[in-house]
Amino acid sequence: MSTSHGAPANGQANGKVEGPVEKVLGQTGVFLDDRLRAAKSTRTFLRKIFPDHWSFLLGEIALYSFIILLLTGTFLTLFFKPSMNTVVYHGVYTRLNGVRMSEAYASTLNISFDVRGGLLMRQIHHWAADLFMAALIAHMLRIFFTGAYRKPREFNWLIGIVLFTLGLLEGLFGYSLPDDLLSGTGLRITEGVALGIPIVGTYLSFFLFGGQFPGNDIIPRLYIIHVLLIPAILLALITAHLFFMFHQKHTQMPGQGHTNQNVVGQPMYPYFMAKTGAWFMFIFGFLAVLGTFAQINPIWLYGPYTPAAISAGSQPDFYMGPLEGSLRMMPSWTWDLAGHTVAWNVVIPALVPLGLIFAGAAIWPFLERWLTGDYSEHHLNDRPRNAATRTAIGMGVITFYGILWLEGANDVIADHLDISLYTTTEIARYAIFIGPVVAYWVTKRICLGLQRKDTESLLHGYETGIIEMTPEGEFIERHAPVPEEQRAVLLAPRPVAELPAPPDGDDRVPPPATRGALGKVRLALGRVVTEQVPVPTGDGHGNGHGNGHHEPERAAVTAGEPAETGPGQGQSAGPEDEPGRQ
Amino acid sequence: MSGTEDYSPDVPGHGEAAEPSRAPHRVIGTPPPAEQRTLLGTAPQDNPPPAPRELPADPPDPVRAKRAERIVAALFILSMLAGIGFIAAYIGIELSSKSLDSVLRSNLALGVSMSVAFLALGVGAVIWVRSIMPDVELSEERHPLASSEADREAFAETFQEGADTSQFVKRPLLRRTLIAATIPLGLAPLVLLRDMGPLPGTSLRHTVWRRGLRLTIAGSNQPIKPEDFDTPGSMITVIPQGYQDNDNAIAKAAVIIIKFEPGQLRAPTNMNWTVDNIVAYSKICTHVGCPVALYDQALHHILCPCHQSTFNAPQGAQVLFGPAPRPLPQLPMGVDSEGYLIALSDFHEPVGPSFWERG
Repeated sequence: MSTSHGAPANGQANGKVEGPVEKVLGQTGVFLDDRLRAAKSTRTFLRKIFPDHWSFLLGEIALYSFIILLLTGTFLTLFFKPSMNTVVYHGVYTRLNGVRMSEAYASTLNISFDVRGGLLMRQIHHWAADLFMAALIAHMLRIFFTGAYRKPREFNWLIGIVLFTLGLLEGLFGYSLPDDLLSGTGLRITEGVALGIPIVGTYLSFFLFGGQFPGNDIIPRLYIIHVLLIPAILLALITAHLFFMFHQKHTQMPGQGHTNQNVVGQPMYPYFMAKTGAWFMFIFGFLAVLGTFAQINPIWLYGPYTPAAISAGSQPDFYMGPLEGSLRMMPSWTWDLAGHTVAWNVVIPALVPLGLIFAGAAIWPFLERWLTGDYSEHHLNDRPRNAATRTAIGMGVITFYGILWLEGANDVIADHLDISLYTTTEIARYAIFIGPVVAYWVTKRICLGLQRKDTESLLHGYETGIIEMTPEGEFIERHAPVPEEQRAVLLAPRPVAELPAPPDGDDRVPPPATRGALGKVRLALGRVVTEQVPVPTGDGHGNGHGNGHHEPERAAVTAGEPAETGPGQGQSAGPEDEPGRQ
Repeated sequence: MSGTEDYSPDVPGHGEAAEPSRAPHRVIGTPPPAEQRTLLGTAPQDNPPPAPRELPADPPDPVRAKRAERIVAALFILSMLAGIGFIAAYIGIELSSKSLDSVLRSNLALGVSMSVAFLALGVGAVIWVRSIMPDVELSEERHPLASSEADREAFAETFQEGADTSQFVKRPLLRRTLIAATIPLGLAPLVLLRDMGPLPGTSLRHTVWRRGLRLTIAGSNQPIKPEDFDTPGSMITVIPQGYQDNDNAIAKAAVIIIKFEPGQLRAPTNMNWTVDNIVAYSKICTHVGCPVALYDQALHHILCPCHQSTFNAPQGAQVLFGPAPRPLPQLPMGVDSEGYLIALSDFHEPVGPSFWERG
């Protein structure tokens, strides 16, 4: 391939080049391409196809919230003083005049009341953090329920889990910085949890706080972690996340013309560019509305931190709720182990519930692959109903997380519902075990029912609502075939058991994957994971359909029944009538 | 490829087709005619014929597009005005050092103008895409992500060559000494963290309370006489005298005192440490260290607002409910010669949350 593009071939004495790039982008384009050889790759980028689905916007919310966090956060660092030195406040907020407080708290008051736009930026920053975490959760759920984490996208799934974990820490450290009474209480709980960790806990706490709580070091330390360390890691991981997504191309939802071998959608330039730019503007605008009208974290009402005080109804930000709930729910178990205290009442709630969810989420793509034996690439997403077991597990986890989260606000719930505080906790202690199982079972039944309905629609069409009367006086409802676009969605693949089933006879040798105790477990769980109603093939009749009635198109209603039929009950209605006539 | 109609396979933006046969020969040093300009500088006849347009150039409904254009332009102007309004509000509304009203006014003006600027821009862009750009859908092929066998083979060879040439595999002495050299360097950063804090020692076992130290009311810092604290059922927070500005001390030494009716206090409360039916407990919850600040006067329950551990105040602050594993430690309390409440000693057990060395 020729490497001599630009000046030599076009031979301009003054270095001025005219060509197709110059025509559309002027000399700047030529200047860039002469140096970067970017025409081909940029063209691919401009024509990159972005599939369309509302749920694909969730990840973008997280991305844009993150950008807004960087912008507003940078502004805040210009005025914030991460210092625990004591000052006495004399300022415009007269209620705190003469009160002893840390410089961190005083400078946060200063940002709120003495810096133009400071209050707005603080509130947008805080709202953006909440939106970031909420969008992360929603995005991860979307990925899980549609199976978009499957091969080849396991890396991005794992990155997502790390992003979420870091997001939790980043949020906790961020709202601790103003050193107000509420966030100081959060740090006190952090200290208590750290102390409870067996063997190293006391040392961990002393190294974190630079000695005994609260000390003078924690705010500056959290500050540098919050504004530099974690954001840098987040930025690197998000970049990797986007790079993988770009390289592997997007998944798409099932639909007409959508296959595992193509991507159908609109190109990056100009469509996606304009749409995603608009989405960024919406998110920024939405956060600006919240920052203007919805007060958040009014630290001046809480007052500066003092270890002897606390306000009732202390609630962390919503994403810390499950941790708070698990701490509240736990019974007071501790062990005395050869002169040492093991604080199960702290260690278990702090590490186990979220540890289970994160570790389970990280393992799941590989576990599912192993159980189903499905090692192929997946670019076409599942409809959640079609992967009944996965969806049921997801709902079980949501229920588990949700109960922890509700328990984190049990005092508020008990107050509003006027029930005993202790009753809410007692209920939660049982619900945390029963709830997920019930959610699993109910979801699975619903999914399989929906699959059955889809199969039914494919085989016999959908109910038009048109009632006809046969010459014999029998009322029937007419069914119409499902339109093509809808058919493509209904025909989306359902998980297929890939593991070979063991042969029937005892004398046969089972396949290697299913031998031994582990193989039997694998086979049994694999069957659970792939449980499904089969998708009909061919024209449908007689397929996957064991109930043996042969006039299934028409749900018969006998003439003796109340004839509350629509206007389409005309006696002359015959099978050749136009569907949709009403 | 729905939405792609008949578009002439011309050079984008030009109505007339390029006719390579009629292109004049170019004299070296002179610019080529516009039709011939290409980035690679090759002759046009060597190029493959241009691909047909994939995106239509004109909106399907010009009348609708014209209307949408006006709306979008109006929204963009609105956004611009709001942006100007933001700057004007910043300059125009000074923050007063006397009153918070100016803060509220400034926040409202800045916030509303900023919101309008972003939202109008967003709405405008969406209308632009949906009503002016023709709706197209393109399809792109996907290829398996795995490299081809040939590429894999070439990679493996190159990698093996490098490994062979470096002698990394052949010379275990080099390999092992290299690994040995990196281990202490890897540990060094951990060692550097050692000075982040002092070692705990026995510091968590003690507070600043000692014999003779007066109890003072948190906030007013006044010492207390038992006869001044004579309302049964009330609870107040006290701190050791002289430590009101020492957060590290207060974090462990904060205490609540509660006044009871005669006869209400029962075992396992240590009656020798109470004065005149007043009992003193550590305010630091034995769960994770929140201050136990809520007191139910009717039931005599002390409640921690963080995780709702509940302690039975008249009976040694025993745990009634919640995750706290131990009663709140009781402070040995007496009166000094002037009649003020004092500590008789430090707490007899560590206050606050469990820790490994607590025992």
